[in-house]
Amino acid sequence: MNIILNNRPESFKADKLTVNELLKVKNFTFRMLVIKINGNLIKKTEYDTSTISDGDKVMVMHLVSGG
Amino acid sequence: MNNIKNELKKYTVGIAGCGGLGSNCAMALARVGIGKLIIADFDTIDLSNLNRQYFFLDQVGQKKCFALKENISKITRNTVVEAYDIKLSPTEIIDLFHDCDVIVEAFDRKEMKQMIVETVITAFPKKPLVVGSGLAGWGHNNSIRARKVDNLYICGDESRETSDDLPPLAPRVGIVANMQANTVLEILLGEG
Repeated sequence: MNIILNNRPESFKADKLTVNELLKVKNFTFRMLVIKINGNLIKKTEYDTSTISDGDKVMVMHLVSGG
Repeated sequence: MNNIKNELKKYTVGIAGCGGLGSNCAMALARVGIGKLIIADFDTIDLSNLNRQYFFLDQVGQKKCFALKENISKITRNTVVEAYDIKLSPTEIIDLFHDCDVIVEAFDRKEMKQMIVETVITAFPKKPLVVGSGLAGWGHNNSIRARKVDNLYICGDESRETSDDLPPLAPRVGIVANMQANTVLEILLGEG
């Protein structure tokens, strides 16, 4: 499948990935994340059930402390 | 410059937090003549804050939100400041900032940053939110950047987190705070 991840086109072998699978494939290890699929906020409790498929627009933003 | 001032006078910017990011960002926005700032913080000024926050020795112990309002009043009379001594939760963020043209996230802890991002995405999906993330330590100038995803603007290196070895220090905190203010101007005025 082809998706837009953080404004960039990316290809994956799988037809579908859960959010947690995507994080694993991309090696995103940060803990404090905000994730949107096609503009909709995905809560942490939904990372195992929400799926990403061809054509989806995904935002993964990780937040770090400091200010 | 007068045209820009007249334009900026029309706008209201909400700033969530009056620490390193919020105090420096607010001062920059007041200097250029933003019409109104709505600022909020529950914290008091500690001596250790003066390594990066826009306060003075004689303000230690005062509430940050009121001290920041006072400091802005010493720079300009053209910016109206509403200061709230309040610990922001989703309800208060919605109440305080619903009429703002742009919201600036200026918290310290990542849990709070996540909370306001999720609140704004859900409650105000069209409203610009300018987030600061990744500013600890020193050096690494070229790792600090800004990017936009939908209504979110993220300023910082998105990686260096504060710790005992990597404290938040005036230069990098100031860079990110001013980058946030610069992003606010770009949102309000266009790319120029």
